Amino acid sequence: MAAPKPRVKVPKSASAGEVITIKTLISHKMESGQRKDKQGNVIPRKIINKFTCEFEGKPVFSCDLEPAISANPYFEFNAKVMESGTFKFTWVDDSGDVYTHEQGIEVK
Amino acid sequence: MKNRIILAAAAAVAASGMAISVVSAEPADDELVIDGEMTMVTRTAAPKDHPLDEVMSGWLFRTPETRALEADSFQNPGMLYVERGEEIWNTVEGEAGKSCASCHGDASETMAGVGTAYPKWDADAKRPINLELQINKCRENNLKAEAYKFDAAEQKALTTYIKHQSLGKPVQMDLSQGDLQSWWKKGEELYYTRTGQLNLSCASCHEENNGKYIRADHLSQGNVNGFPTYRLKQANMVSLHNRFRGCIRDTRAEYPAAFSDELMALEVYVTWRGTGLSVETPAVRQ
Repeated sequence: MAAPKPRVKVPKSASAGEVITIKTLISHKMESGQRKDKQGNVIPRKIINKFTCEFEGKPVFSCDLEPAISANPYFEFNAKVMESGTFKFTWVDDSGDVYTHEQGIEVK
Repeated sequence: MKNRIILAAAAAVAASGMAISVVSAEPADDELVIDGEMTMVTRTAAPKDHPLDEVMSGWLFRTPETRALEADSFQNPGMLYVERGEEIWNTVEGEAGKSCASCHGDASETMAGVGTAYPKWDADAKRPINLELQINKCRENNLKAEAYKFDAAEQKALTTYIKHQSLGKPVQMDLSQGDLQSWWKKGEELYYTRTGQLNLSCASCHEENNGKYIRADHLSQGNVNGFPTYRLKQANMVSLHNRFRGCIRDTRAEYPAAFSDELMALEVYVTWRGTGLSVETPAVRQ
């Protein structure tokens, strides 16, 4: 695959106090570090090891990922929204690369 | 004494093994609706002269979790490759300075339904042509670019993207083209020919024993309406010829090269067996 690319699904609008469902998916190899190449050398581990979601700087959801997690990790979680604002999603991988995505929601 | 215990244990294992083999792994009584909008045909009456009464999508033979992945186009990891394919579609490559889009424009219009009709008859090569080979032909003749090697990441992504434009449309080959009928016949022969140390034909599993377990896995009818398929085992797209080769390898036979006469004939025949099922590309399987 080409460079990891995040996909995020957040409703465009919601009513105050509504519990919304957020879905995220990122393309990533999640190389476990357990495999060997054709010459028998260990392929170094390269996984996304941390995922966070913040709303206007406040944590909503975060987790650590381990090598057993499949390629292209998918997360689905819920959040209660009280006011309009922006969700910020961050994926960090072993090489220190950070992939981010932001998406706003309008609360009526 | 010790030997006797081991023997008893072995007998018990054998007995339980037999018990497993008769436990059914029937297809699910479920309906595939993509994103709650597009209802797919996963069961339909078999075409004329088909050995089975009803053709069923492999989707029905998968676990509820795997089925759910395919029903949500956001969750479906195969959609990542559809997006990648769209990028390739619009990328200029080769000496002619063209992209796929230069000639074919908007794929959602020009490629709609195209994936339902392959393999077709290639009058130039005088043999059947599938989507992968058609892409290569186009690259060599029109883009003046190099043909993709079998299972190159770009080949899989572009094939997935093009086939995806026919999502929900029924598989409908035209066997009257050229000499396709005799390739169909050759494919049928191969389908029923036992190969390998395990002496299995395609039919041994997918015709005679679909709906049962093979070890821990459910056997489907082996229809190919969802290819290229996202396989969770590989965490990647899997092309049809890769899957054919994998299946033949599992019978412990030597397997033919991708796009060889044998596998093209098999593709013609096996695609026909799934006539009427919706194109599911990218399907999600185990």
